[in-house]
Amino acid sequence: MRHIIAVLLENEAGALSRVVGLFSQRNFNIETLNVAPTEDPTLSRLTVTTSGSDRVIEQITKQLNKLIEVVKLVDLTEGEHIEREMMLIKLKATGQHRDEVKRTVDIFRGQIVDVSSSIYTVQLTGDQGKLDAFIAAIGETYVLETVRTGVSGIARGDKVLSI
Amino acid sequence: MEMLSGAEMVIRSLQDQKIEYIYGYPGGSVLHIYDALAQQEQVKHILVRHEQAATHMADAYARASGKPGVVLVTSGPGATNAVTGIATAFMDSIPMVVICGQVPSTLIGEDAFQETDMMGVSRPVVKHNFAVKHPSEIPGLIKKAFYIASSGRPGPVVIDIPKDMTTPTDKFEYSYPEAVPMRSYNPATRGHSGQIKKAVELLLEARRPVILVGGGAVGGKATAEATELAKTLNFPVSNTLMGLGGYPSTDRQWLGMPGMHGSYEANMALHGSDLILSIGARFDDRVTNATEKFCPTAKIIHIDIDPSSISKTIAADVPIVGPAKSVLVEMLALLAKSGKQPDAEALSSWWSQIDQWRERHGGHYERNEGGMLKPQQVIEALYQVTKGDAYVCSDVGQHQMFAAQYYKFDKPNRWINSGGLGTMGFGFPAAMGVKLHYPEAEVVCVTGEGSFQMNLQEFSTCSQYGIPVKIVCLNNHSLGMVRQWQDMNYESRHSQSYMQSLPDFHKLTDAYGHKAITVKTEAELIPALEEAFALKDELVFLDIHVDPTEHVYPMLVPKASMRDMWLNKTERT
Ligand SMILES: Cc1ncc(C[n+]2csc(CCOP(=O)(O)OP(=O)(O)O)c2C)c(N)n1
Ligand SMILES: [Mg+2]
Repeated sequence: MRHIIAVLLENEAGALSRVVGLFSQRNFNIETLNVAPTEDPTLSRLTVTTSGSDRVIEQITKQLNKLIEVVKLVDLTEGEHIEREMMLIKLKATGQHRDEVKRTVDIFRGQIVDVSSSIYTVQLTGDQGKLDAFIAAIGETYVLETVRTGVSGIARGDKVLSI
Repeated sequence: MEMLSGAEMVIRSLQDQKIEYIYGYPGGSVLHIYDALAQQEQVKHILVRHEQAATHMADAYARASGKPGVVLVTSGPGATNAVTGIATAFMDSIPMVVICGQVPSTLIGEDAFQETDMMGVSRPVVKHNFAVKHPSEIPGLIKKAFYIASSGRPGPVVIDIPKDMTTPTDKFEYSYPEAVPMRSYNPATRGHSGQIKKAVELLLEARRPVILVGGGAVGGKATAEATELAKTLNFPVSNTLMGLGGYPSTDRQWLGMPGMHGSYEANMALHGSDLILSIGARFDDRVTNATEKFCPTAKIIHIDIDPSSISKTIAADVPIVGPAKSVLVEMLALLAKSGKQPDAEALSSWWSQIDQWRERHGGHYERNEGGMLKPQQVIEALYQVTKGDAYVCSDVGQHQMFAAQYYKFDKPNRWINSGGLGTMGFGFPAAMGVKLHYPEAEVVCVTGEGSFQMNLQEFSTCSQYGIPVKIVCLNNHSLGMVRQWQDMNYESRHSQSYMQSLPDFHKLTDAYGHKAITVKTEAELIPALEEAFALKDELVFLDIHVDPTEHVYPMLVPKASMRDMWLNKTERT
């Protein structure tokens, strides 16, 4: 099963490499990973999506917790949560197809953030499934370039991940 | 406030940490530190002949004393030479602080002379590592390194110090912190009382229990409590390779070691048990054999300071995260309070079953009457001559398993071996590290002619500092453990496991100014050992020729359960 693990990490040089190293050393997989400092500049927040059996996920969270620089973590998929990913995508937009692309972007509530005579650059936010669905709807032949941030997540309701 | 250079801070911090000995080897990037070292006497330095030996010395000192060992090496090749020793300590959860030089920070990343990314290289084999970014950080980072290395589940910590952090003329305020609280590192200080209560209930209900005592009980200084618990309950006990001595091996309730070369009775009892209480044992693959066939009827109570060791390979029914000692103290109190005892009748039939298993095998081996010595026989003689009270530091191979099986350890911290990594070359420097700190104790290195040659250069260090260890080399003229696997799995094709062109160990020992004794017959064995141990101030190398065809038994049958064993070359369970 797919899990989204959110980690608060000391914002120190080398801390990220320990997290990444852990996954490869122990043969855990990483599907997406993103990281940035939080409102507290001494902390970074990292979101990693991974998959595995319950036993593997348990090991992943325990091993992450063992890293000295990991301050706190939560497996968001254990509760109600919000998941978002942002994608910038360059789409071929010429001739009659140009309108079609525009319509699809609207349906998916994307924004065209840059335009040239033959290309739309679109910004789209949603969960992974929505971004995948958008690409499918546009058709891969029209996709020139994509860049995705990887998943970020946060728990619903009153739960807060902080120190 | 005192003003010190970074180099002086390194040495001063070690003084303030009450470190007596460090082990190391100088080089360009640590010259400032070595200069500061030379200007004081409190911290004594042992100059090894290869950095790997420095790490094993520090490691073995830690295993014997429970206190962290300290290593100082230069950047690049000095640091990489230390990696095997760091990994060895890491696998066995041994506290160690390794200070490595680094090229000046201004050159990092430029492939400077003797630059190695030691932070990157060591990362997978350390509990933690630090790079110094400013000289004033040095005391705090050293304190943190000791704190992290020796608390929770212990392990090695590396501190990488660029040369320009130690410049003699750049002075900064020095103070050594009392404590270094870290918001992100808070090892458990006691177990969950609800879990402990559940565990006690299971212990009282058990009919076929086994207590498994691992390295965590030794490292966690909980062996007295483990012994008391076993005695209170009259439960059988097995000690893992890392836990030997954690329960007295001469005691009636002791079954021997579990696993690959465990005793027949320990493996049978574990397989047939209905409850395993694991105290700081991590269900390593060399113990469990095929995990899906592991002890099918056993419930498992698992005490460990490291949550990630619990349910990693074998699912625990009652996990207890906490220091073994405090958890056991609480268990004992609950047991006493309950006033209950496990079912005596069930236990007594369990014991009679165990006694039958004991009779079936019980560590039996055949001697070559009038022929070559058997390695087992040498270990038995060693046990006899040292009255079972030596520190035994082993290398890796058949000799290691024979030592583990036939030397009966009654005290913890006396059996010193590389269990997790299986590092050939560990034994000799390990014995040196122990002897240096316990000059009055008998310290013996049990080795093979293969392993010994991986760090024999340390003969020279022993001459320099007068370290009179005894070396018992079970010379079987082969990489015996490899040969055994080739006999068993590759139709005796001895690919590269034969040690051709062995040195004349007598002359070699002589060349370094030590004493050697060669032993080829049973009649020579005990007298030679007695002579060696009588020479209190001399390093003695005993070159003992043993039967190269001997195998270590019992041996678990691959991919099977714990009760599936070869008992000798022809008989299996
Ligand atoms: C550094 C290292 N290299 C290789 C091995 C694999 N290995 C395990 S036991 C062994 C043979 C050891 O030979 P020796 O020291 O003579 O001991 P014996 O088994 O003959 O008693 C080897 C090569 C190892 N454990 N460590
Ligand atoms: Mg050998």
